[in-house]
Amino acid sequence: MLADALLLQLGYNATLVAIGAGLLGVASGVAGTFLFLRKRALVSDAISHATLPGVGLAFVIMVAMGGEGRSLFGLLLGAGISAAIGLLCVQWLTRRTRLGEDAAIGAVLSVFFGFGVVMLTVIQTMNAGRQAGLEGFLLGSTAGMLRGDAILLAVSAAAVLALVLILRRPLALAAFDPGYAEATGWSLPRIDLAMMGIVLVVTVVGLKVVGLILIVALLIIPAVTARFWTERADHVVIIAGIVGGLSGYVGAAVSATAPALPTGPIVVLVGFAIFLFSLLFSPRRGVLASVLTHLRYQRRVHVRQGLLALAQGQPIYEALTQRLLTRAGLILPDGVPTAEGQAAASKALLDETRWAIVRGDQAYALAATRYDGLTPIEMVLTPDQLVEIDGKIAVPRGVV
Amino acid sequence: MGAEFVALSLPPMVIGVLVAIACALPGNLLLLRGQALIGDAISHVVLPGIVVAFLLTGLVATGPMLLGAAGAAVIAVLAIEAVRRLGRIESGAAMGVIFTAMFAGGVLLLEQSDTSNVHLDVEHALYGNLESLIWLDATDWGSLLDPVALAGLPVELSRMVLALTVIALFLWLFWRPLALSTFDEDFARGLGIRTGPLGLALVIMSAIAAVAAFDAVGSIIVIAMFICPPAAARMMTNRLGHQVAWSVLFAALAAVLGYVLAGYGPLWIGASASVSAAGMIATVSGIILGVAAVAGPHRTRNG
Repeated sequence: MLADALLLQLGYNATLVAIGAGLLGVASGVAGTFLFLRKRALVSDAISHATLPGVGLAFVIMVAMGGEGRSLFGLLLGAGISAAIGLLCVQWLTRRTRLGEDAAIGAVLSVFFGFGVVMLTVIQTMNAGRQAGLEGFLLGSTAGMLRGDAILLAVSAAAVLALVLILRRPLALAAFDPGYAEATGWSLPRIDLAMMGIVLVVTVVGLKVVGLILIVALLIIPAVTARFWTERADHVVIIAGIVGGLSGYVGAAVSATAPALPTGPIVVLVGFAIFLFSLLFSPRRGVLASVLTHLRYQRRVHVRQGLLALAQGQPIYEALTQRLLTRAGLILPDGVPTAEGQAAASKALLDETRWAIVRGDQAYALAATRYDGLTPIEMVLTPDQLVEIDGKIAVPRGVV
Repeated sequence: MGAEFVALSLPPMVIGVLVAIACALPGNLLLLRGQALIGDAISHVVLPGIVVAFLLTGLVATGPMLLGAAGAAVIAVLAIEAVRRLGRIESGAAMGVIFTAMFAGGVLLLEQSDTSNVHLDVEHALYGNLESLIWLDATDWGSLLDPVALAGLPVELSRMVLALTVIALFLWLFWRPLALSTFDEDFARGLGIRTGPLGLALVIMSAIAAVAAFDAVGSIIVIAMFICPPAAARMMTNRLGHQVAWSVLFAALAAVLGYVLAGYGPLWIGASASVSAAGMIATVSGIILGVAAVAGPHRTRNG
């Protein structure tokens, strides 16, 4: 069943939905990256919660005009309008009052959502039984979607993706280097407006797939995940698109296998699984990599200190140091240094002595900043400089 | 209207007011610390906590659920902090990752487990059910003095009183260090105040408010009350003490007005049934904020 779903064998509608969700995921991953880099990730949370009153009002208006109230296009149009109003409220509160953006986001999302809930209860009393599954907009439900709705979803997801790709250059410029963007004649407010417009469209298209409570995850998680894998701007965008697309596609496909699996949570959890994997195992910024780096550093410190102790003829009591030196063949199990051990020890002592001179000499102030107790001095100074340093070492002269 | 009002409307209204004030009090400090969205995050993660507690105990009982919710709130705060530090990610995004993932997990658990025979669903978690907290033992206003009838008050009422007492006591005891560390953290640290644990304690107090309120009124009110009344109060004054007083006033006003509008408003315009009280209270708090933002004496940054 699962394999069938992933290989698009569950029928035409489910296939359309899965492809649409995948495209939507790519678009939201890319758009979310710009949002994340502008440090405005949670604005999308306000936008998505602000869609609910629009959905409710659109339903009421469509019923009042004699329709059935279930037209997905009409509902999404309403959602888009009220989300835009919510976004304007956030902007207005942030610019014109003393509230910070986070407070404005929280106020807008809770108030709009509260009003949306009022609208939902109004609809419940208005015509019991014909409630049109507006709850599906909370958590996303793509199971049993109508043909027309599935086509609408897939086409609009493709359109959003195209829009994001067309606007990617100014968006990337504003996200990575706002100062440069302004200096080269771009208008930052206008780029921000375009970015918010894209986020709004992604949110509205994603309403039916992921649901308004969780769509923010589809904008944030891919971008955050991508940051773990690369330091390069263009790569972040591409990886975020892949992560988002994968989450959307797999989530929608899995959700199609059973009616009790709401799409939104699965999409989010697929994304979160990828995030968790990246957090733990990504090669440079991952937790595992950090732990390994730390352990390697710890070992180097122990070996170094052990060698210095050997060089000065002091016994080594510390267990880890003993083990490390024995394993490297530098000391015998009883603590007596081998020939290599002696060589390494005198090398370490020489290094330390040279460093002591470098650090005491103003002429080498810059080099001295590189001292960390581990770096071999040959990596910092030239052979000529080393000869000069060695001349200053107080060597015990033979007594005649 | 006496008897009916005391039995059906008074308890939910009082609970609404208590919830609003309990959330608005810590909300004042969270707002000034730039942590306004903590309430949002906490109220989302309460759901998985409650679901897990239900799955472990098999009961829809208050004790385990509160424990589960509180546990989830603490786990979320720690996870957000861990993701922020380990991944070097700004806190807003870290929050967005964690609370959506935990909420998604909660929803999935809920849908997968057999909870159809108990009153536990996502909608309930979001909107709560304020209207159902009625006081069947009340006959008229005199019941307020009748110990037998008082014993039949909704349990949510006493729980909210307890939560509000704990929160108010915490704020009263730690008022000076809290205020100091909010406005000038370095200075506070210089005075020997341990700002880290103090900030965590404030978040825990917020979690207590959110968790206690959650069962009665759902998470929308909680988020709205953490932010809207303090934000509106901020437009009214420059003094922290006055701001807290204003926010309590606004919170109570929103709760009473919202409840009345939800319960009686539709009747006034000729409709038959009432609308969601939780949603209406959040809406009214938004209207109050809107008015304050347009006309408050201290609404701009430099005044």
